[in-house]
Amino acid sequence: MNTLDLERMAVRDVNQRLHDDAAGTNTDQQYEILNPMGRHAIAVGLNHPFDVTVRGHAGYYCGSMNKEATVTIEGNAGVGVAENIMSGTVHVTGYASQSAAATGHGGLVVIDGDASARCGISMKGVDIVVGGSVGHMSAFMAQSGNLVVCGDAGESFGDSIYEAQLFVRGSVESLGADCVEKEMRPEHVERVRGLLERAGIDADPAAFRRYGSARQLYNFKIGNIGYY
Amino acid sequence: MDERKVRESATFPPHVIAEIQRAASEGLYYIRGSGAKRAVPTFDDLVFLGASISRYPLEGYREKCDTNVTIGTRYAKKPIELKIPITIAGMSFGALGANAKQALGHGASAMGTSTTTGDGGMTEEEREASSLLVYQYLPSRYGMEPDQLRKADAIEVVAGQGAKPGGGGMLLGQKITDRVAQMRTLPKGIDQRSACRHPDWTGPDDLEIKIQELREITDWEKPIYVKVGATRTKFDTMLAVKAGADAIVIDGMQGGTAATQTCFIEDVGIPTLPAVRQAVEALKELDMHREVQLIVSGGIRTGGDVAKALALGADAVSIGMASLMALNCNAPIYEEDYHALGTRPGSCHHCHTGKCPVGITTQDPELEKRLDPELGAQRVRNYLATLTLECQTLARACGKSHVHNLEPEDMVALTMEAAAMARVPLAGTDWIPGWS
Amino acid sequence: MCGIVGLYLKNPELEPRLGELFCPMLAEMTERGPDSAGIAIYRDDGQYTSKMTVYSSDPDFDWDGLAAEVGRDLGTPVTADRVSTHAILRSDASTRDLRAWLQDHYPNIRAMSAGGALEIYKEVGLPVDVMEQFGIGAMNGTHAIGHTRMATESAVTTEGAHPFNTGDDLCLVHNGSLSNHHRLREWLRRHAGMTFQTENDSEVAAAYLTWRLREGDSLSQALEAGLKDLDGFYTFAVGTREGFSVVRDPIACKHAIMAETDDWVAIATEYRALARLPGVDAARVWEPKPATVYSWGRA
Repeated sequence: MNTLDLERMAVRDVNQRLHDDAAGTNTDQQYEILNPMGRHAIAVGLNHPFDVTVRGHAGYYCGSMNKEATVTIEGNAGVGVAENIMSGTVHVTGYASQSAAATGHGGLVVIDGDASARCGISMKGVDIVVGGSVGHMSAFMAQSGNLVVCGDAGESFGDSIYEAQLFVRGSVESLGADCVEKEMRPEHVERVRGLLERAGIDADPAAFRRYGSARQLYNFKIGNIGYY
Repeated sequence: MDERKVRESATFPPHVIAEIQRAASEGLYYIRGSGAKRAVPTFDDLVFLGASISRYPLEGYREKCDTNVTIGTRYAKKPIELKIPITIAGMSFGALGANAKQALGHGASAMGTSTTTGDGGMTEEEREASSLLVYQYLPSRYGMEPDQLRKADAIEVVAGQGAKPGGGGMLLGQKITDRVAQMRTLPKGIDQRSACRHPDWTGPDDLEIKIQELREITDWEKPIYVKVGATRTKFDTMLAVKAGADAIVIDGMQGGTAATQTCFIEDVGIPTLPAVRQAVEALKELDMHREVQLIVSGGIRTGGDVAKALALGADAVSIGMASLMALNCNAPIYEEDYHALGTRPGSCHHCHTGKCPVGITTQDPELEKRLDPELGAQRVRNYLATLTLECQTLARACGKSHVHNLEPEDMVALTMEAAAMARVPLAGTDWIPGWS
Repeated sequence: MCGIVGLYLKNPELEPRLGELFCPMLAEMTERGPDSAGIAIYRDDGQYTSKMTVYSSDPDFDWDGLAAEVGRDLGTPVTADRVSTHAILRSDASTRDLRAWLQDHYPNIRAMSAGGALEIYKEVGLPVDVMEQFGIGAMNGTHAIGHTRMATESAVTTEGAHPFNTGDDLCLVHNGSLSNHHRLREWLRRHAGMTFQTENDSEVAAAYLTWRLREGDSLSQALEAGLKDLDGFYTFAVGTREGFSVVRDPIACKHAIMAETDDWVAIATEYRALARLPGVDAARVWEPKPATVYSWGRA
């Protein structure tokens, strides 16, 4: 285990060390980062299958643009956790602030607690599993990937959604423009089961409802004037 | 013909009548490409005070007049060294075809300057073609990949664009081919609305944190630019500096777009002329002029425009539309295809249709063939060389051994509007309307 | 564009340590607002009913002389305690009489705050320097609100610094940017008799609340009304004698975070401002919802 203490090292040095080690020959792939104290941009831009644990609460953009690495935040994560993740896993044991996994292209983001507003905004292929609830405007303009919410969804859920798939076990305060409930077929139950398993969250996949695009806003037309 | 009976209305000239009737039939705003068509005060309204007796000119072609500029000296470990102060502005693959991107890349590289990606990410061809490539980080984040950030020579955080400050892009369905759709993770053929705001930050305080993140990901190597459409330019420049930008890109309202609502193109933003002055004032107020570099774009066409922008205090300029025109945009060739679009060479703004008659703003393989990337590169190189020579010529005439030594005091204005906006005196007077 | 922090102490035993707990919170928000800083401290001295913090650009201003004059004119004792460029005036005269007297006799002296418990200190400069200048770290009290400012569209001045006093014992701090403040300012000036010292959008929000409260709204009602009348992006924290209230605009982009333990409630623009509060690891932490008024305190 490599220990990097943010009380004694700057964020810049911690990230540099992680980037340098990825290019080097260090055989110990385990890292722990101590005393994050809400600092920003911790463990960002990793591109190697390291296992990084942040022991405490992180600020904005923790684990952002991750590739291959597994980043665990033992605490709460600030704005834009795992922003634009490409692959690998980012796991938040507490709650996540707004824009979690924004524009994520791939990989898995797990939030054990609640996620705030705009969870999965403009997601582009990432899988997101939230143990708790998500805030307003979640999955706004979501393009691709899966969002599984074990709790409730806030207002305007899935507004202007493209082809992402949304699954919610609890209630949805309101659906956004062009987002509709869809039939939960056996293959969807299987998909949710797989995602819950990968996330290590125990829930009955059959209890979820599915939401997706009505595809009515894909082209500009006068009939949609009410939405513009 | 009795002229009184055929007099056009100034309020309702034929193009306005046509637009009213188009709106009445379609019920939707008009989306088009290119930049503002209305007349605005420009660099044309400024002239240089060449040297004679009080000042001494440099000999053309003989006496040195340098044009190099370094961008990103504030924080970046690897600033960009440009041989000429003219760069190619951000234009996406998707808006442009692959041949056009390649031609711009090779042409700019031959002159030692940079090109810029656009929405939809970086293509392999583009990276290979451009020796210096600026990577745009846009609200939509289509095709945004950290490997591409690491491959770039600089990163441009786009908060806005001159053609549509406050708006996002619109790539219409006819241009969303399989490759473009795949690069943007979108269904083929949809009308694609890009976001107007970043999904994970708003305002300068968050921008500072965003810039920090981008630096951390790229080990503090790359210069970070912040691009804004010209509106509240003084405030925006100051805030981008406070947020930690290495360079500021100001795009005036004449700047082009591949597709947006005409009301955006014509009715939002301020011209490049006052925007440069305001940006320089902001930098000076913060004592950051030359420390944070200023790149201006929007309607730069000639070496005169370049020299005047530099004289007002810009470190470099960026060209978009003009570089496409170098590639034959609006050239009088394939005229029947212009006519099929309902337009003619010189008036075309049909970038949004994907049916570019000269093969630039298209994804159609047949149309794309009309632009030979090698010939195109040669034309871009020639055009950039001409702009540079013109800019040097003007600088030498004003007695400068480096184009950056041009000053506002080397110019006067021919119109009151330009005098007020550029804050230089009206020719033959000491009067700056609005200032003195 | 700014950083906001607020700390309300539920446990009276912590009251002597208010400044000590509060200062690191505000210091963490320096990068969000390096231009100026302001602090509102609530502490009940018990001695007099009214308290005003006042500011003079003259560092050697004779506050004792002013206190004697106003005391004589109003027929009741007034004391003055200098705190750097500010002073605290205390009296049993009403804040309205004190304010009116100052306006008549010393138009260049600016009232930063008025009330029974509220004191506001603000200056241009880095937050740590501002807090040092006023000795905030040693202050006791029940709660405090602070603000670090990155000036967006108006000048970097003491007048433009937050918090803005909006009525007796009320003050407002703002993070965001209002988009309709020019017309609203004009309306408030013309129809509500409000006066303005700056071009700052936040001052308009403060004046709006002052006007609504004067018209008889409760603070919650005034904030609810503001959701309709104030356009743009904002997170407001409003200090009251009893505690504070928080509201975000319906789009709610500007970040805000709250935390609560048995001992305290806190708000900040970012978590890092809360990171050193005692017991924060076990605190309940959440983000205020859009268009929802939250209130804490003894009320």
